Amino acid sequence: MTADPGRAPVPVAASPVAAQDAVLEIRDLSVVYRTPGGDVRAVDKVNLSLAPGEVVGLCGESGSGKSTLVYGASRLLRAPALITSGTVIYSGRRVTKPADVLRMRPDELQRLRWREIAIVFQSAMNALNPVLNVRDQLLDVIHAHLRIPRDEARERAASLLDLVGIPRSRLRSYPHELSGGMRQRVMIAMALATDPEVVIMDEPTTALDVVVQRDILAQIVELKEQLGFSIVFITHDLSLLLELADRIAVMYAGQLLEIGTASEIHREPSHPYTKGLLNSFPSLRGPRRDLTGIPGSPPDLRDPPPGCPFLPRCAYGTSACEEVDMHLLPVATSKDPDHVTACPFVLPGTPVPDRPGTRQEPAGEPAA
Amino acid sequence: MTEQTTTLMSAAAARGPLAMEAISVSKDFKIGRGQILHAVRDASFNLYRGAVVALVGESGSGKSTAARLLAGQERLTSGAIKLDGKPVEVTSRGDFRRYKSQVQYVFQDPFSSLNPVHTVQYHLERPLKLHHGKSANTDTEVAALMEQVRLTPANHFLVKYPHELSGGQRQRVSFARALAARPTVLLADEPVSMLDVSIRLEMLNLLDDLRKRLSLAMLYITHDIASARYFADEILVMYAGEIVERGPAEEVTQQPAHPYTQLLVASSPDPDNLGSALRRGANGTRRPGPQRTRTPERAATAGCPFSPRCPLAEDRCREEDPPLLPITATRGAACWRLDVAAPELIPGLPGGGSTTNN
Repeated sequence: MTADPGRAPVPVAASPVAAQDAVLEIRDLSVVYRTPGGDVRAVDKVNLSLAPGEVVGLCGESGSGKSTLVYGASRLLRAPALITSGTVIYSGRRVTKPADVLRMRPDELQRLRWREIAIVFQSAMNALNPVLNVRDQLLDVIHAHLRIPRDEARERAASLLDLVGIPRSRLRSYPHELSGGMRQRVMIAMALATDPEVVIMDEPTTALDVVVQRDILAQIVELKEQLGFSIVFITHDLSLLLELADRIAVMYAGQLLEIGTASEIHREPSHPYTKGLLNSFPSLRGPRRDLTGIPGSPPDLRDPPPGCPFLPRCAYGTSACEEVDMHLLPVATSKDPDHVTACPFVLPGTPVPDRPGTRQEPAGEPAA
Repeated sequence: MTEQTTTLMSAAAARGPLAMEAISVSKDFKIGRGQILHAVRDASFNLYRGAVVALVGESGSGKSTAARLLAGQERLTSGAIKLDGKPVEVTSRGDFRRYKSQVQYVFQDPFSSLNPVHTVQYHLERPLKLHHGKSANTDTEVAALMEQVRLTPANHFLVKYPHELSGGQRQRVSFARALAARPTVLLADEPVSMLDVSIRLEMLNLLDDLRKRLSLAMLYITHDIASARYFADEILVMYAGEIVERGPAEEVTQQPAHPYTQLLVASSPDPDNLGSALRRGANGTRRPGPQRTRTPERAATAGCPFSPRCPLAEDRCREEDPPLLPITATRGAACWRLDVAAPELIPGLPGGGSTTNN
């Protein structure tokens, strides 16, 4: 355990649904990657909860630890990844009492996986088996996790395709015969095959173009309403989460920097990183804004300096940031106590300081 | 209707002199059993020095094929390409090399377009030697390239292998490699779509800066119409190999005329409209508009290629393929039903008298 005794426990506000019945609650989860050059702290004491029927968006750039966080929470990581601390409490409708996923026996895990927590993986082309047709892959999942007769399973496989809007005639198709969007729909159908409570979606639409992406997102929302599962939606595209998610957690360098409802994050982003992300995508509507993006690149997590990991890229940075404790605290000016941020200094609406060299300059030295 | 579609002026023309012309270019692929795939159909557009023209469309719309035609990677089925006013005729290896030194290509995926067994230095020296053989000062040129794409300090990065670089840094190397040939035309095929959202903008700003400083004629291929609005002067919207709409970037994104462009715009994430159609989708209030499901076949064999998905399609659309009809001097759309699709734009449509259709 690399528990840091100097750190106070995270305030209750970080997990607003904790008092109620969260279906999945991640507490203090830390994951490191053991490398010859030292431990990479990929996830550092993260708290996140998921209420029944809720869509939580987890947003961050490549290497921020967002996938490691959810894979760690669902026990899908293997060496050199190592979970060093934390608990993950799962309490779905079907289980009798809440249990810690991280301390489950293999047989308990087997019952949890797919039946309770299912995952839609990022790249449908790689996640589907190229030598099995769609029906066999669906049947595989159904037989592995549900005890139902063969013809019932076949009917279920067919109705799963109905669910995601693929004609039944495609049951015998192989993955390479399907378009990118259809493959992703098959992945969703597989995840839903056993009627799970929690569906983790790891960048399910990233490789697709916008029209197909939108169709699939609409489909996901529809299925969620219909079947009542909860979603953890991982993406690097904050603009997409603003439309899709109920709550958004912004992750950077293995830590959560801000959590809030989609509208709070959109209207009153508090953390400078969130602000930077919001100012990173060109908008299609409204006036043409001058966009800044986020200069620089994320820190090396092998030996992270104390204080705020975003400091080297932050336009608001001060010396106080080098010592700040990375706790999620309610945003002072926000009416919503569940809107929490790791930056105690910058309040929503604070204008960006006019610091030279913060605009458009990449890591390294400013251009001539 | 006497006006030819080619008389449409490009919104990018004001930026600089004409660099490259694609005149009615088409590309067919044989896909077995005598079937032919029309990847690009009769596309005409121009690239101007110092200007960005964006080619927008979904996967499989033919935008990459169009760029590969310009790059000389594919032979034209019909049509012509002119570079600086002269028709491009590549008959020998030397010709091709001279052509490539003027027209360079940036690939989408910085993870696979760099050779994993070579250093950054090698990647940049090779085009320098190939295209400007005798120039003695390769080192200073390499350093200058690194400076241009802001990979500094250069010495720190030159010795690295692709796997040691982040995605953004790799794409900078790709840019530098393309610039090493000192091209006048840069064909950028989804240069930022594999990168994180947070660094995309930085890369687009870098490209924009290079465009200005080196007065490059740039073709920007993307499926993200919002970034095209931000970055390009003119937008060409492609569907099933045809340019279905073109015009100034701001006009096309703010008042899309063609039903397909309207679908593209409506599909783009809209953070300013929280809880939009996406979230209401479940309650049966799905937004009206083009069909959600993709075309079963690639496109209609006759008539407008978008007609199988188009909510406005009528008999004429299924029988006759509309040409690019001018709306203004710089804007056109290939749609028979513009009077219904975009009534506010219609006064400029010559002969658009299909109002009393059929």
